[in-house]
Amino acid sequence: MESKYIEEDKLLILKVTEEIDEYSVQKIRRKADYEIERYMPKRVVFDFDSVTFMDSAGIGLLMGRYKMANMLGGKLEIANLTQNVKKIFEMCGILKLIPVVNL
Amino acid sequence: MKSKFDNEMKLEFLSKSNNEAFARITVAAFVSQLDPTIEELADIKTAVSEAVTNSIVHGYEDKPGIVKIISRIKDNEITIEISDNGKGIEDIEVAKQPLYTTKPNLERSGMGFTIMESFMDKIEIESVLGLGTKITMKKTIKSMKLEEELTTL
Repeated sequence: MESKYIEEDKLLILKVTEEIDEYSVQKIRRKADYEIERYMPKRVVFDFDSVTFMDSAGIGLLMGRYKMANMLGGKLEIANLTQNVKKIFEMCGILKLIPVVNL
Repeated sequence: MKSKFDNEMKLEFLSKSNNEAFARITVAAFVSQLDPTIEELADIKTAVSEAVTNSIVHGYEDKPGIVKIISRIKDNEITIEISDNGKGIEDIEVAKQPLYTTKPNLERSGMGFTIMESFMDKIEIESVLGLGTKITMKKTIKSMKLEEELTTL
């Protein structure tokens, strides 16, 4: 996962570059939490552009970061959903909670 | 000996979550002989990943065990059987409910069975407490059918 922080917008972009499953999500979660706590951003955007595979581990990942961002007074958003990713997020209704934005 | 199936494969691996990618990629490679669409292939990989995660995380509760996959092709239908000798499911109907999870503190969404059910055509769950769980999923690959129809035109 690559991260980029834009200070003037207090925007943290977390670009996931690996397949998301039970195994990989543990590392992604640790890195995301580290970056969120480090910058305390107003906006956290997960960029899914390079995600070629995701299972339900991705739902847990987003729900956890959604709660965390809210708790720290920030906001979680998602961008560049690939077809497989979109299908899973649509199915579980997470798109009603987390807005899709353009990066 | 004539087989009931056109093709068949078996796979066994240790219940380690870093084998998930290996499992779904292997099944996807086996299915690819049916010439599935990208979406059909993604659906199958996701369903396999969910079932294998269940075996590792819930069946064996991260203790070492063996996960087995048998996959068969008959005409343009793929059958995937994923089984473990783990602890089994107490109440299958409850476990199947969307958002139901026995491990909510670990950020598990409880969407595994819902995804398997909606991404595959048919899913059957057999489980015996203390003995293990077997999930059988079927999906008809439509792209081949279409191609056949086109060639007979």
